Amino acid sequence: MLSDLLRWGGKRPRQGDAATDAPAPRGEEPSVASKAFPKLLSTVAAQPDLPVLIDFGPVLGSNVAFFGERLGCKLFIEDLFADYDRHAKAGTLNELPAALETRFRHPDASVDGVLCWDFFDFLPKPAAQALAKQIIRMLRPGGAVMGFFTTTASPRAPFLKYEIVSDSLLRHRHHAGSGGAKHVLANRDIIRMFEGLVVSDSFLLKHNTREMLLRRKS
Amino acid sequence: MNIGKSVVIKGELNGSEDLTIEGQVEGKIELRQNVLTIGANGKIKAQVFAKSVIILGEVTGNVSASDKVDIRDNGSVDGDIAAPRVAIAEGAHFRGSIDMQKVAGKPGDPAPKGDQKGETKPAAPATPQTSTTAPAGAGR
Repeated sequence: MLSDLLRWGGKRPRQGDAATDAPAPRGEEPSVASKAFPKLLSTVAAQPDLPVLIDFGPVLGSNVAFFGERLGCKLFIEDLFADYDRHAKAGTLNELPAALETRFRHPDASVDGVLCWDFFDFLPKPAAQALAKQIIRMLRPGGAVMGFFTTTASPRAPFLKYEIVSDSLLRHRHHAGSGGAKHVLANRDIIRMFEGLVVSDSFLLKHNTREMLLRRKS
Repeated sequence: MNIGKSVVIKGELNGSEDLTIEGQVEGKIELRQNVLTIGANGKIKAQVFAKSVIILGEVTGNVSASDKVDIRDNGSVDGDIAAPRVAIAEGAHFRGSIDMQKVAGKPGDPAPKGDQKGETKPAAPATPQTSTTAPAGAGR
């Protein structure tokens, strides 16, 4: 039948490459109020010297302008999502913990703030622990780390880029990366992982996200 | 002044006019009072000092500007940036640090420490100082 010819003559749907079939976002890129972000800004602004910040997300021109011009920060862009993508495409995600242990060139206690965004959501526990250890090492007394932690696991979720709209508003933007599985870390796991830091603020938001701010005591 | 895409320079490149590089440079580029443009075909492995730097190609190394660094779409920088203004386009790649408080040195300021004679380079068109490979047809 003609329909059979059309079916056999057409291309078969491609087997989804695990590294490239992350679900695409739908609709406009939403701006979402953040409760932890303004707290992080206050902590960083209170530092006596020129603040040093690490951003684990990809570079966004507007974020650079915000931190550089508005806060006078020295900003390190350490795009860990790109690292994750590389490992995912190479099939070496199991090597991520070891890679994270040697990833950062920053001396101990040299950083005032760390923006993790939702990177921890994509890390299995060993990698999450390795990264937390590095954050603790790099964070100065009085410094803070901000992370977004999901409350819902997912076998496949897209990466997001977080664009700063204002002190308390972040636009969740599409990220071209491969995305990955999202893991849920219980609060006690997060606290244990960041041993030496204290949870100064924790907010449960409507979209299944916990925003947490952890500080190193001065 | 243009350096064409077939030109490869290893060494120190300095001058007092605007320069566009479409070739490869390894070493150091110093145009403290002028605009340096790394074209889409440009591949730089060097420390860069200029008044303004516009990047459409690839730079591995630190970039210092007294006015502005502008990484355009498809431009790529792996290194540290020091400039009072930094613009990064949506499709650009960047990894390193950005320091907008540290200024590279305004025009007319004395050269930074490390310069042997403590004076600015003489006014001259951009010239490479060490080995240069320039096949026939290199652009000017």
